[in-house]
Amino acid sequence: MYRANILVCCGAECTANNAIQVYNTFEEQIKAYKLEKDVKVLKTSECLELCGNNEGVVVIVYPEGAYYVGVKPEDAKEIVSQHIIKGKIVKRLLKKEKEEAEVKSIEETNFFKKQKRVALKNSGLIDPENIDEYIARDGYQALGKVLTEMKPQDVIDLIKESGLRGRGGGGFPTGLKWEFAKKSQSDKKYVCCNADEGDPGAFMDRSVLEGDPHVLLEAMTIAAYSIGSDQGYIYVRAEYPVAVKRLNIAIEQSRKYGLLGKNILNTGFNFDIDIRLGAGAFVCGEETALMTSIEGKRGEPRPRPPFPAVKGLFGKPTILNNVETYANIPPIILFGAKWFSSMGTEKSKGTKVFALGGKIKNTGLVEIPMGTTLKDVIYDIGGGIPDGKKFKAAQTGGPSGGCIPASLIDIKIDYDNLVSIGSMMGSGGLIVMDEDNCMVDIAKFFLEFTVDESCGKCTPCRIGNKRMYEILDKITKGKAKMEDLDKLEELALYIKENSLCGLGQTAPNPILSTLRYFKDEYIAHIKEKRCPAGVCKQLLRYTILEDKCIGCTRCARNCPTNAISGEVKKPHFIDQEKCIKCGVCMKECKFQAIERK
Amino acid sequence: MINLKINNIPVQAEEGTTILEAARSAGIRIPTLCYLKEINAIGACRICVVEVKGARSLVASCVYPVSEGMEVFTNTEKVQNSRKMTLELILSDHNKDCLSCIRNNKCELQKLSGEYDCKSSKFIGATNNHLPDNSTDYLIRDNSKCILCRRCVAACTKRQEVSVIGANDRGFDTHIGSAFDMELKNVPCVACGQCITVCPTGALTEKDETYKVERAIADGTKHVVVGVAPSVRVGLGEEFGYSIGSNVEGEMITALRMLGFDMVFDVNFTADLTIMEEGHEFLDRLNNGGKLPMITSCSPGWVKYIEHYYPQYLDHLSSCKSPMSMYGAVSKTYYAEKFGLDPKSIYTVAVMPCTAKKFERTRTELSGGGLPDIDAVLTVRELARLIKRKGIMLNNLAKGEFDAPMGIASSAGLIFGATGGVMEAALRTLAEVVDKKELEHLDFNEVRGVKGIKEATYNLGGTDVKVAVASGLNNAKVLMEKIKNGEADYHFIEIMCCPGGCVNGGGMPVQSADVLNNMDIRAERAKAIYSADSQTKIRKSHENPAIKEIYKEYFEKPNSHKAHNILHTTYTKREKYTK
Repeated sequence: MYRANILVCCGAECTANNAIQVYNTFEEQIKAYKLEKDVKVLKTSECLELCGNNEGVVVIVYPEGAYYVGVKPEDAKEIVSQHIIKGKIVKRLLKKEKEEAEVKSIEETNFFKKQKRVALKNSGLIDPENIDEYIARDGYQALGKVLTEMKPQDVIDLIKESGLRGRGGGGFPTGLKWEFAKKSQSDKKYVCCNADEGDPGAFMDRSVLEGDPHVLLEAMTIAAYSIGSDQGYIYVRAEYPVAVKRLNIAIEQSRKYGLLGKNILNTGFNFDIDIRLGAGAFVCGEETALMTSIEGKRGEPRPRPPFPAVKGLFGKPTILNNVETYANIPPIILFGAKWFSSMGTEKSKGTKVFALGGKIKNTGLVEIPMGTTLKDVIYDIGGGIPDGKKFKAAQTGGPSGGCIPASLIDIKIDYDNLVSIGSMMGSGGLIVMDEDNCMVDIAKFFLEFTVDESCGKCTPCRIGNKRMYEILDKITKGKAKMEDLDKLEELALYIKENSLCGLGQTAPNPILSTLRYFKDEYIAHIKEKRCPAGVCKQLLRYTILEDKCIGCTRCARNCPTNAISGEVKKPHFIDQEKCIKCGVCMKECKFQAIERK
Repeated sequence: MINLKINNIPVQAEEGTTILEAARSAGIRIPTLCYLKEINAIGACRICVVEVKGARSLVASCVYPVSEGMEVFTNTEKVQNSRKMTLELILSDHNKDCLSCIRNNKCELQKLSGEYDCKSSKFIGATNNHLPDNSTDYLIRDNSKCILCRRCVAACTKRQEVSVIGANDRGFDTHIGSAFDMELKNVPCVACGQCITVCPTGALTEKDETYKVERAIADGTKHVVVGVAPSVRVGLGEEFGYSIGSNVEGEMITALRMLGFDMVFDVNFTADLTIMEEGHEFLDRLNNGGKLPMITSCSPGWVKYIEHYYPQYLDHLSSCKSPMSMYGAVSKTYYAEKFGLDPKSIYTVAVMPCTAKKFERTRTELSGGGLPDIDAVLTVRELARLIKRKGIMLNNLAKGEFDAPMGIASSAGLIFGATGGVMEAALRTLAEVVDKKELEHLDFNEVRGVKGIKEATYNLGGTDVKVAVASGLNNAKVLMEKIKNGEADYHFIEIMCCPGGCVNGGGMPVQSADVLNNMDIRAERAKAIYSADSQTKIRKSHENPAIKEIYKEYFEKPNSHKAHNILHTTYTKREKYTK
């Protein structure tokens, strides 16, 4: 037992901020004070966020839970000499919220207060490369319980009762999915994990994979037991090298402990897991495409039915769940269906992890009980919109989702509510937008992603999305006509209705939802050739205010296209034909004589 | 049985039936583009969408199975608008050079666009400006006309299991091609042309040789002869409105004469010659411990296949040239000599149901005295084009007859056109040569029919001879794997590259998926061949008087030294990927 634990965040951002050197300094210091037996220094990986723009590393010191941010190597010395040795918390390094007084413990921050960590319960708190730390936090207890006290059907009944729904996008009841696979008769069945997280900005799964890989192995083994499978595959994107490395270590360790492989926990149950790397295609997150890819073929979806539970990987019954879904399984087994279903709304139980991003103060992963309002997420957890700007909309569900306008900020976030307003849960991206965001531009951004990631198999997605993109492009350049808007809507509805897989069927959502709530912006682009948010470059117009211009020639000298002319000491003039709207003149002008509209 | 309603009509269907099939049985046609029975049910084009009561979205009827109580609507406004939109989107990235397209009036996309009153200019946007792959001597792929239905890919990978084409890139850039976009000439394509015959548009076509032939005919210094393969006569009619399985031999001969060929020969004659050579080669192998099983070598797609994929077994191949190359070789030797013609002035044209024959023509070993055996190969489709271009009304022509001597043939040569035909023709001759008495029954029904692999055992002079017949390279592969694993106790194997044999060759008329999905055109065309065979007087190669004459006057006997020089050939191991 250690008297103190120092957790050094080695997530991507912190690593870039010299986390390894901070970690090494702590180690050296602890050694110097001969405290190796009393104080443990840990590298954690899961990004706890709240580090926000600090040029340094996040460090948490337990038992106090002191949340230090912006820690540099020299600060590490101070933390050891003051906090560890003298018991004096280094206040200047503590995380501050809203100019208030410093807060002490991580749980006390507003950021964490309204969260409920189930899927992320270990992430950031344990050493993911050490199975003992996972076991110390009740790891593999659920598996033990399942294998020794429960029949496969009991497990399925429990999951069904808990009300757990798939966290990957569709929200299909997990227990039901397992039951279908259990009922399918076959000599071979597979358990797959979708770790091909690809929504722009989303990294919930990476967090679990890197921070708590054993939970995945434990849950998949439980799933295998309940459906009668002996082989599992984790399909993880190759762009997550740390996740892959840690998964491999975890698999190795659990095999050694008899928790994976032949005769698990001496119960006679066999199950093993292999890793398959995705090659960077977003569509491989679609279940049938993912399985086609595991089979070694070009990752393209195939029609359903037959559903994977009947005919999946290699033509055998297969269940496929995403990482976050699996992360909920062991807690449900241990604490019961009632505990789980006590969180959330009527049809959406438990918690959901969101990747909070965009125009918001606290960015990062948040895990909230279903039914939390969007307002709570944005203002209480997220700390509101920076720079005093106005909240305009939130985008959920990534490229498959839609935009929620400010008027619906009181919506309780759950599967069905989001769908009813034209968005979706998706895998959990949540991007906040303020008045400076152009909604047409946002729709175009997401569609560009889908056009890029379409596999090209079915006509609506392959050609339809391209044509929609071209129309959006025209709109943002002020070249569209009103009938293009009708065509856009017609195409969007057609693609939704006719595409082969989920990628195509949901691709028009960003357009449909912005058309629903922000049609006026589209019309402004088309009719007035104006971008209300001032984003669409081609619609901007830089002009020189004659009364303010003193003719200093600074703008003309700096214009890269020689678009500005005028005599010295006389008001200058911008040739709109030559102007490329780069904004250099506005930046250079000392007299606020240049206006952008 | 499952009960459902389609357009309010009660329909019964077996479990596992798709909506498309169930509708068809109720007399309702649902249009398709990518669907091809047995090999391509992928739900990609979305033309066959229908409305199913209670379903979240429209469903693709080609892959959606029926279920009890299901209510399907195949022609609602929503369905029709969706199909129209799908077609208009396809048209927006399609090379709409329809007027001069090889498939004008026979294009499935064009036909559906007409049916659905599509506006080809509804969506104007970026287009994929693919350049055609002209790299081979037999095929042109023009992806600017490709609609990505992937029927060609299915024919190549599932039917032939050659798999040299697939989808490259993704999204809007997706296109069909070989690995790493290598040119077709550098990959182990066998030139079978099955991809062409399943293409709904003009994206795939043979390399045209009609102009070359026209020029040769117009050249007064050339003596232009034409030889026609067995199955050509039972396919050509389809291009002129005859029903599938019509035999237009007589009209075809007249048309060829009207085109200006100096002599109209029948490749059935050299098929008879092949039987004489190959039959005796087999007996020699059987009696003198030669390499067995002996495998036929008439099918150029098959020969290219074994050279690429099983080169270690090339010594199993009969050394006989194909009937086409024998026709060319004999034209420039025996025929030239007999009629006092300069072989250099003879221009040999072959009309073939085949695209691989265009490749075969280019083999340097198939030549004599520095002259290629064959100068030009036309597919049935090319011949039809030529006939139409010259204003010849095939349907109104009197029946003509082939020219002697190389137009005289037995019907054993004719049945080469269907799978099992070479074997049957060989057996008719072998049985009589070995047993030295006349056969009572000439029909070897065990080796007939469209089944992929057929086996039989016949007693030849006291020896049980085990034979096997395979058509389609997927089936050829099964036999080759048997040989590889030492499990093949056959003596004689016939392999045809195309499923069903030459009647279904890559150079035959193209039939739309509507036809292919509902009728076995292989069986229909083969029927016409066997029907003609049963009505012919001379049905055995060795009884063909012209064959007797050619041995008497020229080759002396089968497998003679001279015959070896002119009628036999060699094979080479080919790399799979070059460059």
